[in-house]
Amino acid sequence: LVAFVLVTNQSSPQFCCIAGDAGRVAMDNLIGFVGKDYVLIASDTTTRHSIVVVKDDEDKTIQLDSHKLLALSGEQGDRVQFGEFIAKNIALNTLRSGIQMSTHAAANFTRGELAHFLRQSPYFVNILLAGYDNDVGPSLYFMDYLSSMHKMDKAGHGYGSYFILSTLDRLWKPGMSLDEGLKLMGACIQEIKTRLVINSPRYLVKVIDKDGVRIITPPKN
Amino acid sequence: MSARYDRAITVFSPDGHLFQVEYAMEAVRKAYTAVGVRGKDVIVLGVEKKSTVKLQDPRTVRKIHMLDDHICVAFAGLTADARVLVNRARVECQSFKLNLEDPVTVDYITRYIAEIQQKYTQSGGVRPFGISTLVIGFDPDGTPQLYQTDPAGTFSAWKAQATGRNAKTVREFLEKNYSEEETADDEKTIKLAMKALLEVVESGSKNIEIAVMRRNEPLEILSDERVDEFVKQIEAEREAAEASNQ
Repeated sequence: LVAFVLVTNQSSPQFCCIAGDAGRVAMDNLIGFVGKDYVLIASDTTTRHSIVVVKDDEDKTIQLDSHKLLALSGEQGDRVQFGEFIAKNIALNTLRSGIQMSTHAAANFTRGELAHFLRQSPYFVNILLAGYDNDVGPSLYFMDYLSSMHKMDKAGHGYGSYFILSTLDRLWKPGMSLDEGLKLMGACIQEIKTRLVINSPRYLVKVIDKDGVRIITPPKN
Repeated sequence: MSARYDRAITVFSPDGHLFQVEYAMEAVRKAYTAVGVRGKDVIVLGVEKKSTVKLQDPRTVRKIHMLDDHICVAFAGLTADARVLVNRARVECQSFKLNLEDPVTVDYITRYIAEIQQKYTQSGGVRPFGISTLVIGFDPDGTPQLYQTDPAGTFSAWKAQATGRNAKTVREFLEKNYSEEETADDEKTIKLAMKALLEVVESGSKNIEIAVMRRNEPLEILSDERVDEFVKQIEAEREAAEASNQ
C-alpha cells in the first residue's frame, strides 16, 4: 500500500505509492466539521514528490469569497488549477449578479464542474467546501474526485480520515462552541500525528463564521 | 451558413466615412449623459437617470457596473449593447487573473473593450455597438485612471470626460473648471462631477446617480440622501456666489 521502495533488477528503483498514484490514494489530509455558528477546516501543509518533501507550508485551501473556503487534496497540479478555476468562475458570477452565491449553490457548481470533466480530462481532487450563510448558518460539503457530493456535519479526506472519522464519531456533538471545536480539532490532528506512519508536522486550521474566513490555532494538547 | 454572414454592413463611403459608425455615435449622442472626473485619490462617475417611470423598480436599472473589484464602467447609449460588452469584459477580467495571477490594469481592459468595438465595425453581418463607455479604476501602482471608448473603437485616457446628450456642454464646463485644486480631495471631486452633470440635468437625487471609486475599496454608490445633501451645498454655494457678485 504505502511507503515501500521496490528494488527491481532495473537500474533505478521503482518508487511505489508514496505520493499516491495520481492522487487517488490521497496523502493530503483534510479535516472539517461544523459547530454552533462556524465551520472548522484543517489541511496538512506538506507537498511531497515521491520521497521528498518539496514544501512544508503549502496552503491547500482557496478562498472563494468572503465567507466560503474550498479545501482540496490530491494531485497537486489539479488541485491548484481546479481550485483557481472554480474561484474565478465564482467571482465572475458574483460580479454578474451583484450578490454572493449561497454555499449550496457554490458546492453544486463545483460538483457540476467535477462531473463535467470526469469523462473528459478528470481532476483528481477531493474537496471539502465550507461556507457560512446568514440564513442557513455554517455548512460543509464533502466531494470526491468522482464528483459525488454530500452535505455533512463532519468529514475528512486522505489516510488521516480513517482515524479522525472515528475520533469525530466519538467526540463531535452538534452545537459546539468555537473553543470546544478547536479542542476537538486539536485532538484530531494529534490522532493523525500519533497513528499515521507518514504525516505532516503542521496543519493549517481555518474557521469560517459570520465574520468571514480566518486562520486559527487549535490549542496544543 | 457563414456564407450568408460574410457581407459587411459597415463599408466606406466615397468620401471616406463609415456611416454605420457615425450613426452609432449619433445613437450615443441621443442617450442619457454620463460624466467621469479623475481626482487625486478618487474617481467619480455621474450618470443621468430617467425620472419619469413610476412603475419601474429603479434598483434593476443600473448604468454603472463593476467589471472587477477595482474597475468600474459607466456608459451612454444602447443599454442592451452595454450588457453584452460588460459581460465580455467581466469574463476577461477573471480570465486574465486566472492566467496571469494579477488583476487587469484599467488600460488593458479598456483596450480589450475598444478592440471588441472595433471588431464589430469590420466584421460581416454585424453592426457596431451603440455605446461609449467610461472606464474607471486604479492601477496596481495606485494611480487613478479614467478612460473612454467610442463605437469606432478608439480609446484614450482623460482627466475628466462626458458622453451622451449635452456632452459638449458638460465637457466645456469641465474644461473651464477642472484643476488640480478642484480635485484635490474626495468631496471636491464629487462636487465637481455633480456640478458638471447638473449643468444639463434637472437637479435632485431622482435624476442623477453618483458612484465613487476609492483605492482598495469597493465602489460606493451615493445614497439619495447624500446626493441631495451635495445638491443643497452646490445650490447654496451658487446663491452665495450670485449674491456676492451683486
